Amino acid sequence: MKKLAICLVIAALAAGCASKEKQPDAGVTDRSAGTTPPSTSTTPSTSSTTTPSRDANVSGDPLKDPNNILSKRSVYFDFDSNAVKDEYRNLIQAHARYMNDKRDSHIRIEGNCDERGSREYNLALGQRRAEAVKKVMTVLGVADNRVETVSYGEEKPKSQGHDEQAWAENRRADIRYQGE
Amino acid sequence: MTKRCFLFLGALLLALSSRAQLTIDITTSGGRQIPIAIMPMPGEVAQPQVVSEVVAADLARTGLFRLVNTLGITPVPTEPSDVNFPDWSGRGADALVIGKVEPSGGGRVEVRFRLFDVQKQSQLASFSYVVPPAQLRATAHRIADVIYEKLTGDKGVFSTKITYVVKRTGRYELQVADADGFNAQSVLASREPIMSPAWSPDGSRIAYVSFDQKKPVVVVQNLAAGTTSVVANYRGNNSAPAWSPDGRSLAVALSKDGLTQIYRVAATGGPAQRLTDSTGIDTQPAYSPDGQWIAFTSDRGGSPQIYRMPAAGGAAQRLTFEGTYNVGPRYSPDGRYIAFVQREGGRYRIASMELATGQVTSLTDGTLDDSPTYAPNGKMILYETQVGGHGQLAAVSGDGRVRQRLTSSAGDVQDPAWGPMPTN
Repeated sequence: MKKLAICLVIAALAAGCASKEKQPDAGVTDRSAGTTPPSTSTTPSTSSTTTPSRDANVSGDPLKDPNNILSKRSVYFDFDSNAVKDEYRNLIQAHARYMNDKRDSHIRIEGNCDERGSREYNLALGQRRAEAVKKVMTVLGVADNRVETVSYGEEKPKSQGHDEQAWAENRRADIRYQGE
Repeated sequence: MTKRCFLFLGALLLALSSRAQLTIDITTSGGRQIPIAIMPMPGEVAQPQVVSEVVAADLARTGLFRLVNTLGITPVPTEPSDVNFPDWSGRGADALVIGKVEPSGGGRVEVRFRLFDVQKQSQLASFSYVVPPAQLRATAHRIADVIYEKLTGDKGVFSTKITYVVKRTGRYELQVADADGFNAQSVLASREPIMSPAWSPDGSRIAYVSFDQKKPVVVVQNLAAGTTSVVANYRGNNSAPAWSPDGRSLAVALSKDGLTQIYRVAATGGPAQRLTDSTGIDTQPAYSPDGQWIAFTSDRGGSPQIYRMPAAGGAAQRLTFEGTYNVGPRYSPDGRYIAFVQREGGRYRIASMELATGQVTSLTDGTLDDSPTYAPNGKMILYETQVGGHGQLAAVSGDGRVRQRLTSSAGDVQDPAWGPMPTN
C-alpha cells in the first residue's frame, strides 16, 4: 500500500515536471497567435493536469502526450470572474483546431469554483466559466452541438485547502473529450 | 462469496450510519425562558427509551425553556391528586409534567402524561399513547410537541425530520434524521457529489441534484419505496429543485439554452417550461407557501440579488438592494419572510428579510454560511456553516436570539433541508 502511494507520488512529480519544462511548442503549433506567451506565473503551482502516458498504446495520442499542448486541459479564472485570460488562448485554440480536424470529436467543458459563496449560485457560475471557454471555441469554428458546458460548482475541489492558493487552483474550467 | 461480501458491506454501512448522528447543543439563548419541571415517569427506565429525558432534551434545546430541578420529590407524582402545587411554585416552576409508563399487553406499552399550569393549579393537557417499545422515542417527541404548543402557542417540530449531505473522502451520503439528530439513516450513497436536497410538501419524496452522470441531474427519490426517477437531465446543468406547494411540479435551474435559467417540470418528469428569460444567471428558485410567487437569485443587474416573479413566469421584481451579494432565498412557512445568504466584508452569512417592510436582519456571524432552511413552524432556521474548515450544521431562531450547533464526527455535513410537519 505504502509502495503504491510512493509510486503515485513519483508519477505525479514526473508528470508535473514534464508539463512544466515542455511548453506548448510540440504537436499542434499555433502560428496565428505565436506571440501569446505560454501559461506561466498565474497557473497554480501543483499543475499536474496531465496524466502520465505510461501506457504504451496511448503514446501516439496527442490528447495524452504530455509534451503536446492538447494534454493541457485547464483554464484558470480570477475571483468572481468568467473572463478567459489571454494566457489560455493558445490552449483553447489548439483544442479548437484539433476538433476542427477530428470532426467526430465531442467535448464537455466542466466549470469549477472556489468554496466561497452559495453552492447553487457557484454551480451556475462554474457553468458560465465553461460557457466562456466554449465561446472562444465556437468563434474558432467548432459547432455548438459538439461542446456541452456543465459545472461542478464548488463540489469537486481539486485542492482541498481553504486559502487563496487552493481557491486559485479551484477556479477552473477543464476540457474533457468524450470517452475520457 | 460476492453476495456474502455485499451483506457484510451492508451491515458495515448500517453500523456506520447509525453511529453518525448529530449532537445538538445550544450555544446562545436569550429572552425569557419558561421554567418547567419534568418528572421522571415511573416504569420508563425499564424501556429502551427514557421518555421524560427525551421530552426534557427536546424542550431545553429550543432555548425557550429552563428545566427546573426535580430531585428529592417523593413519592413521584403520577396523578393530579399527587401534585403539591405550592411545592412547585417554591421551586420556581411555571409548568409541570408528570406521567407513567406501563406494559399494556401484546408487547406494547402505555404512556400517560399530564401537563399542569402551576400558578393556576390547572391541567393544560392529558394524553395517553399505546405503542410498541420501539416507538417510545417518537412518542416522547409527540409529548414534547403537545407541551411546546400549549406553552408557546406555536406548533412543535420535534416529530419532524431533516435531511443533509455527509461528505467523506470520495464518498457522499444523503441522510435523513429526526429533528434532534437521532436515527440518522443513509438514503443514498454515491462516489459523486449530492446537492440541494428538497422535501416534497408531503414528506414522501426528496428531490436532489446527483452527479452520478458526471454532471448535475435532478432526481426525485421516493423514501418509502427507495425508487428514484430522473426528472431533469437536459444538456448542461440541471439543479436547484424547488417543489411547488401542491407537490405536482418542480422549479429547476437548467443551462440547456445557454446560461442558467429557471424552468418548471412536472414532479414525474417531462418537458421543461421556461419561466425566466434574462441575459444573466437565474437560479435557486423557491415557491412562496401560497404558490403565487417564485423567489430566485439573478445577476441580471450586475450583482447577484434576490428577485421574485409570478409562479407562472413574467415580470420580476427585485427584492434586495443592500450589498453586492444576496442569494439563495427561502420563504418562511407563513410567507412573511425570506431567509437568504448575504456577503458582507468577505463573510457569507444568513439574513432574513421581512417582505412587507423590506427590513433585513443579519442572523449569523459565520464566514461561509449557506443553505438556510426554515423549520415548518418558522421558528428556527437550519443552515450550513464552516467550523475549522469543515462543513457543519447550525440553527438560529428567526429573531437571531437562540443558536444551536449540530456537531457530527461523520465528516463534512452540508446542504440541510428541514422536512414538513408529519401528516398523521
